[in-house]
Amino acid sequence: MQSLVGVLFDGFAYGMLLFLLSVGLSVTLGMMNFVNLAHCSFAMVGGYATVSFMNRLGWPFFAALAAAFVVAAAVAVVLERTLYRRLYRASDLDQCLFTIGIVFISVAAFAFFYTTELQSARVPEYLRGAVQIMGINFAAYRIFLVAVSLAMAVLLIFLLERTQFGATVRAAVDNQRMARGLGIDVDRAFMITFALGGGLAGLGGGLAVEFVGLEPTFALTYLVYVLIVVAVGGLGSIGGSFVAAAVLGISDMAGKYFFPWLGAFLIYLVMVALLMWRPAGLFGKR
Amino acid sequence: MLRKLAVVTTAAAALLAAASVHAQTVKIGIILPYTGQFADGATQLDNAIKLYVKQNGETVAGRKLEFVRKDTGGIAPDVAKRLAQELVVRDQVDILAGFLLTPNALAAGDVSAEAKKFMVVMNAATSIITTKSDYMARTSLTTPQVNESLGAWAATKGGIKKVYTMVSDYGPGHDGEQGFINGFKGAGGEVIGSVRFPVANPDFAAFVQRAKDLNPEAIYIWVPGGAQPAAIGKALAERGIDARKTKVLSQLELTDESARKAMGDAALGIITGAHYDPEHKSARNQAFVKAYVAEYKRSPNFFSMGGYDGMHLIYEALKKTGGKTDGAALIGAAKGMAWESPRGPISIDPETRDIIQTVYIQRVEKVGGENVNVEVDKVEKVKDPVKVRMMKK
Repeated sequence: MQSLVGVLFDGFAYGMLLFLLSVGLSVTLGMMNFVNLAHCSFAMVGGYATVSFMNRLGWPFFAALAAAFVVAAAVAVVLERTLYRRLYRASDLDQCLFTIGIVFISVAAFAFFYTTELQSARVPEYLRGAVQIMGINFAAYRIFLVAVSLAMAVLLIFLLERTQFGATVRAAVDNQRMARGLGIDVDRAFMITFALGGGLAGLGGGLAVEFVGLEPTFALTYLVYVLIVVAVGGLGSIGGSFVAAAVLGISDMAGKYFFPWLGAFLIYLVMVALLMWRPAGLFGKR
Repeated sequence: MLRKLAVVTTAAAALLAAASVHAQTVKIGIILPYTGQFADGATQLDNAIKLYVKQNGETVAGRKLEFVRKDTGGIAPDVAKRLAQELVVRDQVDILAGFLLTPNALAAGDVSAEAKKFMVVMNAATSIITTKSDYMARTSLTTPQVNESLGAWAATKGGIKKVYTMVSDYGPGHDGEQGFINGFKGAGGEVIGSVRFPVANPDFAAFVQRAKDLNPEAIYIWVPGGAQPAAIGKALAERGIDARKTKVLSQLELTDESARKAMGDAALGIITGAHYDPEHKSARNQAFVKAYVAEYKRSPNFFSMGGYDGMHLIYEALKKTGGKTDGAALIGAAKGMAWESPRGPISIDPETRDIIQTVYIQRVEKVGGENVNVEVDKVEKVKDPVKVRMMKK
C-alpha cells in the first residue's frame, strides 16, 4: 500500500513535468490554431539555457530557471516575428513541415554547440534525495515539480480567463477581423501569446534537466508525449492539459508497476481509450 | 579525330593517375552513427581514431592512409549495408572500420565476407557479430564477456546469494541479462525476480519500486548509455535504495563520467563490470587520457578505447603485411596479435578473431571529493564465453 502511494505520487509528478512541457503548446495550438511541432525545441532552448547559466556562469538554480523562461520566450518572439507569422494562414501540412524542419535544425545546432554529451546541472541539495512522510518515500525534486506545476496552472488560468490580456487574446483568436475592428492589436496579442508559450516550454525544459537529462534529441523524444497530453486534454484548455497530464503520468506509472510487461504501450492505450470516449479531448470544445 | 584522341589520352592519364594514387594509399571506410541518438558515442570513438592517427602518423608501411567517413544516423542495418557496399565498390576502400551498433555491424559483416575485406568492429558488442565474416576482428568487448565475469564474481568474491535483475527490453539488454544470469547461476547464485522495461523509458520509478518491494540483496541493471543511467540512478536514490547497502551491479555505462556527474552521491557504491575506465591506473592509460583531454577537452570513454585499439590493430596488421591490403593477409596478421593497450593487456583470439582482455570489477567511491570508479578486483584474459561454448560443441 505504501509503495503504491509512492508510485502514484511519482506518476503524478511525472505527469506534472509533461504538463509544464505541454501547456505552452496547448496555448499556441489551441488558441492560435498553429501546429507548432517545434514546441519541444523551445523546451530544449530552456534546458540548455539552464545548464549554461548554472555551469558556465555559476547562477543559482532558480535564477537559471527564470533565465530559461526569458531566453526561450525571446527565441520564440524572434522566430515568430521572422518566420512563424508568415505561416499563420498556411495549411496544417505546411505548418507541420515547417516546424518539424525547425526541430531538426535545433537538434543539429545543439549537437554542434554543446556536443552530443548528456548535460546535467546540480540542483540545490534540499531538492535532491527523498523525504519520508508516514513511511513513504517522496522524492524532494518531484514534490518541487508538483508545486511549480500547480502554481503555473493557477497562474495561467487566472491570466487567460480573468484578465484583460486574456480576454484580448481570446478575442483575437476567436474572430480576428472583429477584434481588429474593435481596435485590438492582434499581431501584438499573438506575439505575446507565442512568447508565453515558448517561455513556458523553456521553463519545462529547465525543470526537465534534473529529472530526465538533456541531450540534443530531447526535442524529438518528448514531442510525442507533449502531443498526447495536448490531444487528450483538449485544445486550448489549460485545465484539460493539467488533468490529461496527471491522468497519463499516473496511469503510465501505475501500469509499469502492476503490469511491467505492458511497458511503454500503456500510455498509448490510455490515450486511445480516452480519445474514443471524448474525441475532442477531455475538455475540448471543438 | 585529333580532338577525340586528346580526350582519350586525358582520360587514360586520369585513370593512370587514379590507379597510382590508389597503389600508394590505403583507404579506410569508417561507418558510424555520427548523428541521432548515438552520436555522442560515435564522436568519442572517432576522436580516438583521429588521435591515434595524429600520434602515429598518416603513413604506415610506406603507404598513406586515407579515410572515408559515412553516417548511418542511428540503428539502420539497411543503411549500414548500403554504405559498406558503396565504400567497397565506389570508393574502393581496403578496410572497413567503426561500427558502434550491433545491427549495423551485422549487416556490414555480409559485405566484408563477400568482398573479402578486412573489417574492424570498434564497439558493437553482441557476441555473434564476428561469426558473420572471416575477415572481421573486434577491439571493443562482447556483452557476455563483461557480464558473465561480473555475475560469476558477484556470486563468489562478491558474496551475493540472491539478485533481482532489471534490463532494457531489447537485444543488448537481453544479452546483458543472459550473460549476468549465466555467470551468477553458474557460480551458485539465485535470481529472485526479473523485469524488462521499454527501451524508451524516461522514468524508472515504478520499476525500481517493484524491485524494492522484494527487498533483494542485490539488483542487476542493464541500460544503454546516454540519459538513462542517470535517470535510473536517481530513481534508486529517490525510492530509498542506497547502493552502499543494497548492492547495485551493472555494466560500465551506468557509472560513466557524465552519468556519475548527473547522479551525484546516488552513484556511490554502485559496482560495475568494465573492460575500460579512464581512471585505470597505468602509465600508458594516463598518457592516453592526457593526450585525449588536451585534444578534445573531455575524457575518453570505452567508445574511445575501442576506436584507439582498433586503429592500433589496423596499423600493426598493415606493418606485418608490409602494406598488403587484401582481406586474407590482414586478418591473418591480426590473428593472435597481442599488445599493451591503455586498458591493459589485450589480444585478438586467433580462433574467433574476437578480443581477449581483462574485465575489471569497479565500485564508485569518493576520492578527493570526486566520485570515481575504483578498481576493486579483476578477471584476467577473459574470452567471449559464448564462443568458448560454441567451440566446445
